[in-house]
Amino acid sequence: MEYFVQQLINGLTLGAIYGLIAIGYTMVYGIIGMINFAHGDIFMVSAFIALIMFVALLSIGLTFVPLALVIVLLVTMAFTAVWGWTLERVAYRPLRESFRLAPLITAIGMSIVLQNFVQIAQGARVKPLQPLITGGFEVMEHDGFVVNLSYMQILIIALTVALMWVFTLIINRTSLGRSQRACEQDRVMAALSGVNVDRTISLTFVMGASLAAVAGVMYLLYYGVIDFYIGFIAGIKAFTAAVLGGIGSLPGAMLGGMIIGLIEVFWSAYFTIEYKDVAAFSMLALVLIFLPSGLLGRPEVEKV
Amino acid sequence: MTTLWEKNPILRVSHLTMRFGGLVAIDNLSFDTGRNDITALIGPNGAGKTTVFNCLTGFYKPTEGMIQLTHDDGSEFLLERLDDHVIARRARVARTFQNIRLFGGMTVLENLMVAQHNPLVHASRFAIAGLFGLSGYRTAEREAVELAKHWLEKIDLVDRADDPAADLPYGAQRRLEIARSMCMKPLLLCLDEPAAGLNPRESDQLNQLLLDIRDEEKIAILLIEHDMSVVMEISDHIAVLDYGIKISDGTPEFIRADPHVIAAYLGVEDEEVA
Amino acid sequence: MAQPATSISARLPEALKDAGIAAFISLALFVFIVGIRTLDDPGVLLLEPRPWLLAGAVGSVFIGRLILNLFFWSGTEAEDALTSALAPVGRAFGRISPWLTPALVAFAVLLPFMPFTDRYILDVSIMVMTYIMLGWGLNVVVGLAGLLDLGYVAFYAVGAYSYALIATHFGLSFWVSLPLAGLLAGLWGIILGFPVLRLRGDYLAIVTLAFGEMIRIVLINWYSLTNGPDGISRIPRPTFFGLELTRRGDPSFHEFFGIPYSPLNRIIYLFYIILALALLTNFVTSRLRRLPLGRAWEALREDEIACRSLGINTRNTKLTAFAIGAMFGGFAGSFFATRQGFISPESFTFIESAIILAIVVLGGMGSQIGVVIAAIVMIGGFELFRELEQYRMLMFGLAMVIIMIWRPRGLITSREPSVYLKEKKAVSGDLVQEGKG
Repeated sequence: MEYFVQQLINGLTLGAIYGLIAIGYTMVYGIIGMINFAHGDIFMVSAFIALIMFVALLSIGLTFVPLALVIVLLVTMAFTAVWGWTLERVAYRPLRESFRLAPLITAIGMSIVLQNFVQIAQGARVKPLQPLITGGFEVMEHDGFVVNLSYMQILIIALTVALMWVFTLIINRTSLGRSQRACEQDRVMAALSGVNVDRTISLTFVMGASLAAVAGVMYLLYYGVIDFYIGFIAGIKAFTAAVLGGIGSLPGAMLGGMIIGLIEVFWSAYFTIEYKDVAAFSMLALVLIFLPSGLLGRPEVEKV
Repeated sequence: MTTLWEKNPILRVSHLTMRFGGLVAIDNLSFDTGRNDITALIGPNGAGKTTVFNCLTGFYKPTEGMIQLTHDDGSEFLLERLDDHVIARRARVARTFQNIRLFGGMTVLENLMVAQHNPLVHASRFAIAGLFGLSGYRTAEREAVELAKHWLEKIDLVDRADDPAADLPYGAQRRLEIARSMCMKPLLLCLDEPAAGLNPRESDQLNQLLLDIRDEEKIAILLIEHDMSVVMEISDHIAVLDYGIKISDGTPEFIRADPHVIAAYLGVEDEEVA
Repeated sequence: MAQPATSISARLPEALKDAGIAAFISLALFVFIVGIRTLDDPGVLLLEPRPWLLAGAVGSVFIGRLILNLFFWSGTEAEDALTSALAPVGRAFGRISPWLTPALVAFAVLLPFMPFTDRYILDVSIMVMTYIMLGWGLNVVVGLAGLLDLGYVAFYAVGAYSYALIATHFGLSFWVSLPLAGLLAGLWGIILGFPVLRLRGDYLAIVTLAFGEMIRIVLINWYSLTNGPDGISRIPRPTFFGLELTRRGDPSFHEFFGIPYSPLNRIIYLFYIILALALLTNFVTSRLRRLPLGRAWEALREDEIACRSLGINTRNTKLTAFAIGAMFGGFAGSFFATRQGFISPESFTFIESAIILAIVVLGGMGSQIGVVIAAIVMIGGFELFRELEQYRMLMFGLAMVIIMIWRPRGLITSREPSVYLKEKKAVSGDLVQEGKG
């Protein structure tokens, strides 16, 4: 039982990180109908920016962790947003009205570029960061087995919930959100009604990238090590989460992320850790076959 | 002259209902299609006509009801239970689409060849014999090209056989889609607004083509149409739909005079019509 | 080059402003990743600022953008001069292409005996040929049937491992194991394809990608069968009608024919094997394209709903494309295994799938000759950067992006009809539909 609770906590934490990345996929897919294949690598870049920021702040003597954390979060979100914006501008916008496969190929190309760019610029070795946020609560204890809820896990889950709330407000209440929903429905009609489609799509990438940046910071703090390759697998899993939750749905992405996180953690805990990715990917196939519109997505009626 | 379509219908639709979530697109619809008749399904926009077609051709599974198709030899097909491609292949129902669905990047001739896919695949022994260029397949392919040529002559497009379908003018694309359906040698041909977007001359040609198909091929045609000149001129039998409900059913003369139909089209109260 | 709308001096302020903005953005992009390098010191991480490198990177963005603005993007039209300059080349290419194929085949057949041919050129040629074959195999799936497969490497892996296991465990020769491995890969194509082939394009892409990764994970972890990450070594080499192409073969090729032993013999033999396999792939797939099955694939790419209304069983049709593509992938995998003599899961990563897909899409979907050109350009180009080990993947990714933006439909865009009544006219690529399935 205690073991189970501990895994539940770990799973939800991991799920929150996947969910944050998944929102970027789901928003972009919703609005321009393409898989932003390089999104996982944007997440990876953000983790590197965060790492460099943390080390820089520590080296200039800023050791008050909450302040450092806020600075790093804001800076990483801002600079990762520029990466997201540039990605769309360079690799996707020229192909927006083109052949459907073309932006997917440029996306894969950008993914390769980002991975190798970071590898060249920062080296291929795993980069460690000393633990900054340590300690936690003992939730329960039984027969010597302690269930821990670390401050880090609380931070990740709390931040994720807060960001979810903010972004849901943005989508539902602001004119930007309205423009996004309009573009999702019908881009031509939205443009005719005075929505600046280019700007809306750019902002969608910016929002997706800054959420991925939060995930990047959290990942870095939670695991303490990153390398240039973390974006690929995390990206596929986050995409799985987005599909599982129902592509285009924000709460769906978060729910999907949680489920994928739980599956991965429980599979590792009770079965074989080697096959945890296989479990997550099988889940993707099963969902697409039996529930193609996801858990919270709208079912699609085929237009004949 | 009135054909008694109830006597020996090729298609009998009984109590067909189709719901999408809360929306009832078709409500308890029943009608018959006479063998070798041209039957028109008319009604205002959103009346559920295309949904009926989608149920008939297996693209939608109806919520309730029975769709019975009887071939001349007496073999029966319950269309609501069959997959779309089985309906086309075995029940021999062909259809066209409201927003033309040609293979635009393939040539006109290729479009007509794809329609003969099943007999050709059989002749090519699932590609094995075709791969080695065996004579049985070559004969079958020649015959398929001949059939395609026959229909190209019918629709006056022989000269454009080797042009991509997307390059054809709109009216020719409509005709090509009908010819493609005919290359399947169907027993029931379902046409979704074949006259939409045609000019008066093309519209007349279409009428002639449909009458020819009925008289020479001896098959049944079911068509959705808004153009009343087409409907009244060539139909043997008309069923009128409004909001998913059949409001009238009869010969063109009967429909023309039916106050319900006039009310549905003009949106006026029944009393005013009377 | 297009005539500039205004003179260069008139456009200078505008161009400077644009280049300045680009430089500013690149500064934001590079300031952390390029400007500061993390150094691993045991235990702690140190930072090393690299201001000059950063300045260089930002400066080159500024200058590059300025040059593009002044000389290539004329005025507001922003028309890429390169595209208009190269368009006639593409058209001329369409005209010579009937002659090109026999010429290329003749060149390939004679290549091992060309005076300039050495071991290195042969090795690169074998690699290029392998990718051409893989490209032709995937072309059936992606180019003809319009099914986006991001996990093609899975079938390459199944072919390679099947061959390695059959050959090492049962001692069957290459010529028996090869078809078996191909059939196994095709069978896997059916098994994996059956549940997922009704998915829409992008979903299919991501599921196939997941399958590719799953197969790799299984290969790594199923130690008792695959020997895990250590891989399978001592995979038997192909024999020439029972003759071994080694120095101490029994019986050996060089003794049988009475020629001096040369390690090159084996390489030349491998070259001809892959050439024959690639030509077989080309023959079968081009032939299939002219048969009802192939025509149905292309119709499926154009409009799946219309196909269903014409009585085509779309699921089976997709499955045949998937299985045939997988089978050729399996053949190529067997060849890879026998050529290397050693295989491990590392050879079958997603990047391989991406490279093969890039070859198909860059070549022009469905075009056989396009695949050849794209494979030579991408794989050959890749080899040119061998010296710059670190940078070549980066260049490869950049090339994918740039070529795609320059020619979104690939290098060869016209389509040849599969049947004609009077004359065969190529169909312009602009009319050919994208894959929707």
